[in-house]
Amino acid sequence: MTLAEGVQLVTFGLLTAMTLGGALGVVLLDNIVYSAFLLGGVFTSMSGLYILLNAGFVAAAQVLVYVGAVSVLILFGIMLVNKEQAYVPMKRAWLGKTATGGVCVGLFALLTASTLNTPWAISSQVPTGDMATVTIGIHFFTDYLLPFELASVLLLIALIGAIVLARREFIPDVAPGEPASEALQLPERPRELVSSVSGSEADS
Amino acid sequence: MNQGIDLQGSFVNALVDLGVPAGAAKALWLPLPMVVILVGATVSIFVTVWLERKISAAAQQRIGPEFAGPLGSLQAAADGIKLIFKEDITPAKADPLLFTLGPAIVVIPVFLSYLIVPFGQNLVITDIGVGIFLWIALSSIAPIGLLMSGYSSNNKYSLLGGLRAAAQSISYEIPMALAVLAVVLMSNSLSTIDIVNQQSGYGILGWNIWRQPAGFLIFWIAALAECERLPFDLPEAEEELVAGYQTEYTGMKFGLFYVGSYVNLVLSALIVSILYLGGWEFPVSVSWLASLIGVSETTPWLQVITASVGIMMTLFKAYALVFIAVLIRWTMPRIRIDQLLDFGWKFLLPVSLVNLLLTAALKLTFPVAFGG
Repeated sequence: MTLAEGVQLVTFGLLTAMTLGGALGVVLLDNIVYSAFLLGGVFTSMSGLYILLNAGFVAAAQVLVYVGAVSVLILFGIMLVNKEQAYVPMKRAWLGKTATGGVCVGLFALLTASTLNTPWAISSQVPTGDMATVTIGIHFFTDYLLPFELASVLLLIALIGAIVLARREFIPDVAPGEPASEALQLPERPRELVSSVSGSEADS
Repeated sequence: MNQGIDLQGSFVNALVDLGVPAGAAKALWLPLPMVVILVGATVSIFVTVWLERKISAAAQQRIGPEFAGPLGSLQAAADGIKLIFKEDITPAKADPLLFTLGPAIVVIPVFLSYLIVPFGQNLVITDIGVGIFLWIALSSIAPIGLLMSGYSSNNKYSLLGGLRAAAQSISYEIPMALAVLAVVLMSNSLSTIDIVNQQSGYGILGWNIWRQPAGFLIFWIAALAECERLPFDLPEAEEELVAGYQTEYTGMKFGLFYVGSYVNLVLSALIVSILYLGGWEFPVSVSWLASLIGVSETTPWLQVITASVGIMMTLFKAYALVFIAVLIRWTMPRIRIDQLLDFGWKFLLPVSLVNLLLTAALKLTFPVAFGG
């Protein structure tokens, strides 16, 4: 065994253990913040596995999208909605847990069986490695053109929508005489400084 | 295109000549560039801290550090030793695991990003194909560490600071990535080596800053925001948040944040000089100079000179940018958090999108000047 093979084997073992252990932690831990951080760890280990498969671009994209964006958004969600709730132990919780466990074990068995029974067509081609960006680009503009264009239009809509939402300057005023309904009030409505001072005093 | 010196080849050959097996020689080579870059990055902290202290002193008409070493140059070492010997306090109600992990997650990606910083044609740890994209991906990990340390401190200032830091990095990452994309569009490659090579040949006139002036400004502003430097140091705004996510940290854990921020500043400056200021290129094309005095480009002594000039030029450009960053920090007021987010989303993002579209259009129209 050469040095490279040994390093690959050890790294593969470590990354697999980290992915599986992290994923189990995400599901089983009680503290939701730990779960969210572990999710980031799982995504990072997955990108390590991609690197082992000579897919550097996919690995970097995995880190950028899943660790840098998805995990951070989940964490934001958790930290901004930090709702302290007393945990009320449910009666007969074991029933639900057993059912969930049974479904999970069944799903795992099904997936294992299908994995073992599928005749995998393992490609003998040399991995493209650093030329992967070119290959991906060629695929995007030939046989995967429609999905690519649809996805890019969707992302463009989201991007422009974000800018439009952020640039919104027109805030509908409440017509005088009408009772101000709270559902239509925008949280970012600018107030005059004087009234906001007196309002905050009244609040506090 | 294999100019310059192949240090790895010469090192491996020398060891093989001494009777070491080729595989072992390669394995012995592997850690060397990493250690050199790590040491270089660590030394850069000392230089930057010294610059920061001296320039801030000059901006405020003081003298600055004076007694620790010549001209106070060892002040950073004194700071570091002080931090090492300070008591490492974990607040009683903090989450000790996340509290310890947070600073490490902030610092590690910064040091990892040095993988792709080239100082010459072959003077880079690894020339991987995804190059600059790896840096963008790695810099997106830092917010997780900031959120982690902010949350685990169990302090409202820390949590607010961490949330602000994460919001800030996320909003400025997009214009930054779009600015990088415009450069990548012109060089047809993500590799940092290719990006510099595309700017070479015409000396200072070939640098990307002339073709991407808007991109350069967008990138520099976004980089300052990513480094949390003034005028964008909202996450640790002293007057509002004590020290943001760093509030509860002492000793070397605080030291890690400190190290991370300065290494990140130098890294950003290096990346700006690679993307827009021609990397290791001399303002006058070296190959043109060599042909002027009639020396072949493959002459060994010329190659050594070219490599040393390349390293010096990269560092010079980076430190010129660091100087500007420090000057900005000590002369500009801090902006408010709503101004910061408004600026990122309402101004930088549309401008960088337009910049990208313009670059694509110019590339189609003038393929000669914009890398066809």
